[in-house]
Amino acid sequence: MKILVCISNVPDTTSKINFTDGDTKFDTNGVQFVINPNDEFGLTRAMWFKEKQGATVHIATVGDASVEPTMRKALAIGADEGIRINAVPTDGFFVAEQLANVVKDGAYDLVIAGRESIDYNGGMVPGILATLTGMNFINTCINLEVEGNTATAIREIDGGKEKVETQLPLVIGGQKGLVEESDLKIPNMRGIMMARKKALNVVEPIDAVKATVDNKFEKPAPKGTVKLVDSADELVALLHNEAKVI
Amino acid sequence: MSVLVYTESENGKFKKNAFEVASYAKAVAEQLGTSAVAISFNADANNDLGTYGISKVLNVTNDQLKTFNAEAYAKAITEAVNKEEANVVIVSSSANSKYLAPILAGKLKAGYAPNVVEAPNSTAPFTIKRTAFSNKGFAHTEITTDTKIVGVSNNAFGIVENNADAVVEDFSPSLDDNDFAVKSVEVDKVAGKVTIADAEIVVSGGRGLKGPENWGMIEELAEVLGAATACSKPVSDMGWRPHGEHVGQTGKPVAANLYIAVGISGAIQHLAGVSASKTKVVINNDAEAPFFKAADYGIVGDAFEVVPQLVEKLKEFKAQNA
Ligand SMILES: Cc1cc2nc3c(=O)[nH]c(=O)nc-3n(C[C@H](O)[C@H](O)[C@H](O)COP(=O)(O)OP(=O)(O)OC[C@H]3O[C@@H](n4cnc5c(N)ncnc54)[C@H](O)[C@@H]3O)c2cc1C
Repeated sequence: MKILVCISNVPDTTSKINFTDGDTKFDTNGVQFVINPNDEFGLTRAMWFKEKQGATVHIATVGDASVEPTMRKALAIGADEGIRINAVPTDGFFVAEQLANVVKDGAYDLVIAGRESIDYNGGMVPGILATLTGMNFINTCINLEVEGNTATAIREIDGGKEKVETQLPLVIGGQKGLVEESDLKIPNMRGIMMARKKALNVVEPIDAVKATVDNKFEKPAPKGTVKLVDSADELVALLHNEAKVI
Repeated sequence: MSVLVYTESENGKFKKNAFEVASYAKAVAEQLGTSAVAISFNADANNDLGTYGISKVLNVTNDQLKTFNAEAYAKAITEAVNKEEANVVIVSSSANSKYLAPILAGKLKAGYAPNVVEAPNSTAPFTIKRTAFSNKGFAHTEITTDTKIVGVSNNAFGIVENNADAVVEDFSPSLDDNDFAVKSVEVDKVAGKVTIADAEIVVSGGRGLKGPENWGMIEELAEVLGAATACSKPVSDMGWRPHGEHVGQTGKPVAANLYIAVGISGAIQHLAGVSASKTKVVINNDAEAPFFKAADYGIVGDAFEVVPQLVEKLKEFKAQNA
């Protein structure tokens, strides 16, 4: 089985979010970039397929050279080869088109992407990618098994879970649950050394439309101070009379 | 030209979010000087949608579509878009809509903006405000394609009555086996329980509750408020609560009218996922807990004393206001 894991390079979850250039750009100053958490679960699941079923695992990222440290980390975790599509990822549709092009060339059986990236929260790359390549698609995947050509997955739905079945080739949008948190791999020295020798291929982007443009950003209005109350009585009254939520 | 809205239903009944997206679709249609058309699957009482400004409903009756199937639904909606010459498609932020919307975007070559919190502030160019950075910011996004897909954030726009007469029309999309390549084998869902996505009120517990055996009082509080229950990440990691209840940046986003956090410290990843909620209440025995900085109301106290008292008072309140 040949697997492609799509890796998004995102600000660390503890990052403070600021904007520059008249609020038109995300301020990367002092921000640590990491593998998107939803992708990390997928990458670890791909490692499981590699270890148990002998799968080959590639990773792909749309980004300029600044994303390479994140890709090296994914290679150190155990991916075999990396593909960097040399473009700044400005829009989900654009990213999906670039990845779809790589997927078509690479004849992958399984493409694992994260349900959404924690920066722009578009949640659209896996679904658009699947549609553009004609592959089957399962979103919010929290469990995945593959036997021969058949994939059985559990996906999270509002208020529960759904078990689904389909055939490869398949794209999934993965998230926590795909592997246990405790099974997430931290690269060790050997992995880091080996990652240096692995191929990180740079391909140029194809022409693609930008379907959306983020013209401006804004931070939420600062919060007023909390009203501390002493009793449940008082809280109920405030929720009813002031906040009008009960 | 028209605005097409996908109105979700379950067991024949429209979900609350169907009325919210219908209201939103009507607002967009007014801005564009056109009408709002809904598509529904196996729903009863489609003419109810008129109350929210829908002038026509395409009603699909098809046993194969009783269980949601993203690909098949997307195919049907694509056909409806073409038939109605719709240039804007509105969906909700439910798990199903978020599954469906990108497939639609791919099929229609349409730009998709999810987590939208307001009606467009301009329709030419088509620009909308949506949350980004896990609720730590907003983006003003312009959709530049001819067809546009808007995913409306839960509880953001609200339900707006807007009387119209909805004409109900049968609609039979042409579907084939390929559209059912992903098959539902089993659905495991707690019946009768409010889900985080649908809830207007969410009661959430953290590590401060010490163990799963203490969740009875959280459930009681949720029950009296008609709320959904949720939890912080370590709580689901330790298996005290199901993964589906974990809220935050890497869990579910919560955009409720009221979010009550009990024994949750308010780490940045937790706050990110819940900050779109309108009113936040924090119960924590540590006055220095960061969550108090993000809350509207707070009680510094032991959850094991405060929550039962709150349940009691809410019961009294309900009895008086029934
Ligand atoms: C990559 C990454 C992603 C993450 N994503 C998420 C996410 O999506 N969601 C999330 O929630 N977390 C997330 N986290 C974890 C987050 O950083 C915190 O560890 C977590 O939110 C803490 O949960 P907690 O508040 O329940 O527990 P704690 O931090 O242990 O806090 C417990 C609180 O309970 C209070 N308490 C104790 N006893 C009582 C009592 N008797 N009465 C009242 N209060 C009491 C304490 O004062 C304390 O404030 C993430 C972390 C990482 C690294």
